[in-house]
Amino acid sequence: MRIPVFIILLLIICLPICAKNIHVGAKYSHQKIKKALSEAHDEDTIVIHEGTYKEGNIIIQKKITLLGINKPVLDGQNKYEILSIKSSGVIVQGLIIQNSGFSTLDDPGAIKIYNCDNVIIKNNELRDNFFGIYLQQANHCKIEHNRIHAKGVEEQQIGNGIHCWKSDSIIIVGNKINGHRDGIYFEFVTNSVIWRNISFANIRYGLHFMFSNDDAYISNVFKNNGAGVSVMFTHRVKMFNNYFLNNWGDAAYGLLLKEISDSYILHNRFNNNTSGIYMEGTNRILVEHNTLKENGWGMKIQASCMDNIIRENNFLGNTFDIGTNGTLVLNTFNENYWDKYEGYDLDKDKFGDVPYRPLSLFSVMVESNSSLMLLFRSFMVSLLDKSEKIIPSLTPENFIDNKPRMHSVVI
Amino acid sequence: MNRIIKFVMLDILRNKIILFYTLLLAIMSFSMFSLEDNEAKGLLSLLNLILLNVPLVAIIFSTIYIYNSSEFIELLISQPIKRNKIWISLYLGLNTSLIISFIIGAGIPILLYSPNLIGIILIVMGCIISVIFTSLAFLCSIIARDKAKGIGMSILIWLFFSLLFDGLIMFLLFQLADYPMENWIAIIAALNPIDLSRIVILLQLDLSAMLGFTGAVFKQTFGTGWGIFFSSSLLFLWMIIPFMISLRKFNKKDH
Repeated sequence: MRIPVFIILLLIICLPICAKNIHVGAKYSHQKIKKALSEAHDEDTIVIHEGTYKEGNIIIQKKITLLGINKPVLDGQNKYEILSIKSSGVIVQGLIIQNSGFSTLDDPGAIKIYNCDNVIIKNNELRDNFFGIYLQQANHCKIEHNRIHAKGVEEQQIGNGIHCWKSDSIIIVGNKINGHRDGIYFEFVTNSVIWRNISFANIRYGLHFMFSNDDAYISNVFKNNGAGVSVMFTHRVKMFNNYFLNNWGDAAYGLLLKEISDSYILHNRFNNNTSGIYMEGTNRILVEHNTLKENGWGMKIQASCMDNIIRENNFLGNTFDIGTNGTLVLNTFNENYWDKYEGYDLDKDKFGDVPYRPLSLFSVMVESNSSLMLLFRSFMVSLLDKSEKIIPSLTPENFIDNKPRMHSVVI
Repeated sequence: MNRIIKFVMLDILRNKIILFYTLLLAIMSFSMFSLEDNEAKGLLSLLNLILLNVPLVAIIFSTIYIYNSSEFIELLISQPIKRNKIWISLYLGLNTSLIISFIIGAGIPILLYSPNLIGIILIVMGCIISVIFTSLAFLCSIIARDKAKGIGMSILIWLFFSLLFDGLIMFLLFQLADYPMENWIAIIAALNPIDLSRIVILLQLDLSAMLGFTGAVFKQTFGTGWGIFFSSSLLFLWMIIPFMISLRKFNKKDH
């Protein structure tokens, strides 16, 4: 009596181990991925060997692993969505997926995950697809070390690199994305992490965030994107150690914040952006230990922002350190280093004895009348700025750093 | 005529003030390039200095020089030389020497540190501004017989173009803020050679993105084929017209 029970238990434990490998390739039992899929059971691995597979839309409804050996190519012939994942626990690894179809009606992607959990997409290369990886109501998924690139020209003609919609607990690590509309796009995505990705030369934003609360993005590089990075309508975002570089253009921002609250911007670098950080309707944010270097405007803080704390940052070589559009100031500046500061430190406490006013008269005037940029860098403007520095009268009086540093913050 | 030009040129190039001007330009340029960490920024700071100093030196030095050489001019008039020739060779001599000292003082450092299109445009603009303000100096010195008055007038002209004109533009921009007048104001700004050269150079730099809408308007108006033709002919007119007026006055002058 005891022995059968033991055997049954053993069988149950062994079941995952008994999962089999199905090989697909010119020299193997199966030539088609679809055929292999139809014969596979849950927990099986389909090993795809070198070759090009043009099989239209492959729908995965079993909990299987797709493993590419020597970079097999899945081609969508510019007509189909290539991989549609409709089962939880699927793993896709080591494939090259290219030329997905184009349609603004159903947004075909190279890999699209429909309403399922625990999917892992790893070490793939995605070339010239409409959408790269598209997550739709997917939870606990991991997107790791993929190379996603396309040759987008116009915003309407191309989708996003990694597009997440209505998902939770997503981990996006170490991907490299370029040439899409938005590198990474988040809408209604919560409790997720974006870590160590490089998103560059995308047509619109490197990272686009909407209605996505409680997320963190850490140690990413966003450079040369059409309009930089945009974070909108979101609470409790953490932005640590990111690089925002060379987002230079008419309406480009290193980081655009709109309707954000209770968030942290720490240890980031903003170099060579038209505006380093642009804030609008932003509340209760801590901006600390960032370096803003050689931007057109270091920060643009609109008068709709409230209770933000900007402390211990380095402002180096920006054309204008700060810009604003009103006289109301409800934000605090403290202990920042401003390279334009001309004060002195008699008591040697490493902080200047005279407060610093980061707002130049010209930047205030430009904000009210943008055509004034015509006089940018003229003798008259520098004279005006100098006289305003000595006797401040037009710039908002409480726009002030009371404890400016004498030396830059070591970060 | 050539001999007069040569004489004037050599006379000026030996002048201590011109030597000092050359040296000043050279020190300014080298220090600007070595102070700033990249050459685009050095170029930008240098642009400000050039736009301030070059017209000042060109107009005041030329005015003073013309007044000081009035005896020399009288001597030449007594010779069988056409009046036109005397005045034109004086103009050419002054210009060549000012341009030579500008190219030695500022042109060489610019070409050393930033040998690209923007650098070359800056050098060309510097030369053009020297010529324009020399031409204005000729007008000043022929209008006023009194030396002090002439110099005062030239200082006023310099002040007008480098400061008051911008104030006027600012005034117009604020007064007409409610109307779509950007195009017209951009064109008015272009009437000032100093503003025109400043904006032309800014548009070449990355900074042009900061100029926003106005920059785009300006680029459209002055950056395209017709615009370049328009702005260069504008500069050309500035070089010629004040001098032509002074030439006519000089020909009729009787004392």
